[in-house]
Amino acid sequence: METLEQIKTKLEAAVPGARLEIIPNGSPSGPNSLLVDNEHAVAVAKFLQSSPALAFDYASNVTGVDWLDTTVKKTVKVKQMVEGVEKEVDQVLEEKKPGYLEVVYHLYSMELKHGPLVLRLRTEDRAGKARVPSLTPVWRGAEFQEREIFDLYGVTFQGHPDLRRILMWDGYQDFPMRKDYVEPDDYEYEPTAHGPVLQKAKQHQAEGGG
Amino acid sequence: MSDITVIPAELPKLQLSSPNDGGGLLEISMGPQHPSTHGVFRMDVVLDGERVVKLKPVFGYLHRNHEKIGENTTYLGSMPYTDRLDYFCSLTNNWAYASAVEKLAGLHVPERAEYIRVITAELTRLQNHASLAGFLLQDMGASGTPLMYAFREREKILDLFEALTGARMMCNYMRFGGCRCDFPAGWLQQTQQVVDNFPRFLDEFEALLNENEILMSRTQGVAAVSRELAINAGITGPMLRAAGVNYDIRKVDRYGIYDRFNFRVPLGDHGDVYDRYMVRVLEMRESVKILQQALRDIPAGPIVDPKAKLRGFRPKVGEAYGRIEAPKGELGFYLISDGSPNPYRYRVRPPSLVNLTILEDMCLGQMVADVVVILGSIDIVLGEVDR
Repeated sequence: METLEQIKTKLEAAVPGARLEIIPNGSPSGPNSLLVDNEHAVAVAKFLQSSPALAFDYASNVTGVDWLDTTVKKTVKVKQMVEGVEKEVDQVLEEKKPGYLEVVYHLYSMELKHGPLVLRLRTEDRAGKARVPSLTPVWRGAEFQEREIFDLYGVTFQGHPDLRRILMWDGYQDFPMRKDYVEPDDYEYEPTAHGPVLQKAKQHQAEGGG
Repeated sequence: MSDITVIPAELPKLQLSSPNDGGGLLEISMGPQHPSTHGVFRMDVVLDGERVVKLKPVFGYLHRNHEKIGENTTYLGSMPYTDRLDYFCSLTNNWAYASAVEKLAGLHVPERAEYIRVITAELTRLQNHASLAGFLLQDMGASGTPLMYAFREREKILDLFEALTGARMMCNYMRFGGCRCDFPAGWLQQTQQVVDNFPRFLDEFEALLNENEILMSRTQGVAAVSRELAINAGITGPMLRAAGVNYDIRKVDRYGIYDRFNFRVPLGDHGDVYDRYMVRVLEMRESVKILQQALRDIPAGPIVDPKAKLRGFRPKVGEAYGRIEAPKGELGFYLISDGSPNPYRYRVRPPSLVNLTILEDMCLGQMVADVVVILGSIDIVLGEVDR
C-alpha cells in the first residue's frame, strides 16, 4: 500500500479544495489517520473506493469517539500597577477548547488485500451541530454502525437512508456512550427513603440524571 | 359516580389482511421469542401471501452496553466480558481483544503461546461450524438428529476447553502477551485423539446431508448474494467466501503464526444458502489440517511475555485496531489509550451485526419459511449483535 502521505497528495489532486490533515498515532504499531473535512468527505470516500490503485472497497469498522470540552491553563506574566509601582504579576489564563464528536472509519481493500486506512470525521460541537455526512451511500457496510453511533453518541449522519435508534428503544432520550452521561439510578432498584440510596438519587437528579 | 373519564388506548395501526379484501398485506413480528431467531432477535416482516415484501431487523433486546463497561474497567478487566460477546466462541474473542492490546502496547507473544492460540482458535471454529450446521438443519425441519450429531462432537471439544481453562464456554483464557496457563498433563494426546476422530464425523455428516434432496431443494438458489453486494455491505467470514470472494484474514493479515500452516480457503460459486453450508463444512476440514500441523510442531517454552505487566498496565497514548478471522467473520477491537489504566475508547466490531445488513436484500421475494433458513445461514449470536 502507498504511504499515508502519498494518499494525501493524491487526494488533494483528485478532490480540489479538500482539507486533509494527518493525525499522528502514538502507539508502536498502529497506523496514523487522515482527518477529512465534512464538505468533501463523500467525494474523498468515492475517490478512495473507485481509484484502481487504492480500491478501498470495504469499510470494516465504523465508530464514534467523544472528546469533551477541555480547559488549558496558562500562566502569563502581566505588567500591572500595584500601589503606584509597576510590577510583573503572574496571571492564570484559562483557554477553553470546545469538545467534539469524532467518527472513525477503518477501510480495507478486499481486491488488493491491503489496509487499513483510518479516516476521521469531526463534528463542529457536541450539541446542535453534531453532524457529519453519511458514508453509507458509498459503503453499505457502514449502515448499521452509523445508526449505532447516532443511537449511542447522538451524531446525525446527513444522507443516511434509515437513521433510527438501533440498540436503545424508540423514545429514549439520552446518548449513553457520551463521556458526560449520567446513569439513571432506578433501572435496577426503586429509590427508597433510606439514607444512602436517597442521597444518591438526589445527587443524580441534581446532576441532570433521570 | 366518579368523574374520571377513561381514555381508550390507541389501537395499533397494523395492516391486517382479511379474507374479504382479496389480497391485502400482512405485517407479522417474527421474534423476539421465536425459536428460530437464535436468541432475542425480531424481524418486522410484511407479507403478500407467503412472499416477503419488506423485512426490518430489530435488535437491542440483549444490549448491556458492553463498550461502556469496557471503558469503565481496566484493560485486563474486560477480558472476561469478551467471553460474553459471541458466547459460542469465547477463545477467539479473547484472541481478538488480546491482539488489539498487544498492538497498542507493543507486546510480543512467545512461540508456544502462539501455537496454543492457533490450537484453541481452530477447535473453536470446529465446534462453531459443527453446531451451526446442526442448527441450520434443525431450522429446516430435520428435527434433532443432525443437531445431536453436531453437539456430540461439540461436547468433546468443550471437554477439552474445560480441562484447559476450567470453563466450558466462558473460558477467559488469553492474556496480553500470551495465555493464562499451560496445558494440563495429557491434554495434547486427548486433543490429538479428538482431532484424529473429527474427519470421521464429517464424513458421516456429509454422507447424510450433502446430497439430501430436502436439503438441496430448500437451500440451493435460495438467497443468492452477489460478490459486489457482499463486498460493499462489509460481509465477512464464511458468508463472504460463499459468494466467491477470496478474503480470509488468516491469509491476508497472516496474524499470529498462520503463515506457517498449509491450508486452503474454500470458496463458493453461487453465494446461496447451500454454498454457505458447504463452505463451513469444507472449512472444518481445513481446520483439522491446521490442527494436525500445530499439534505436531508445538515447541516447548514460556507461554507469556515476561515484559507484560498484569498490574499497573498503562499503555502509551495512542490507538490500535486488532482484528482476527473469528468463525463468524472479522472480529475487531479498536482501542484508544489516554495513558490511564482504563481504555478511553473500547470498541467491538461485531461480525454478526454487520452480516445482518443484507438480511432484507436476501429475503425479499422469498417465502416466509425460507426467512428462517436464510437467517440460520448467516450465523448470528445475539450476545455479539446487541453487545
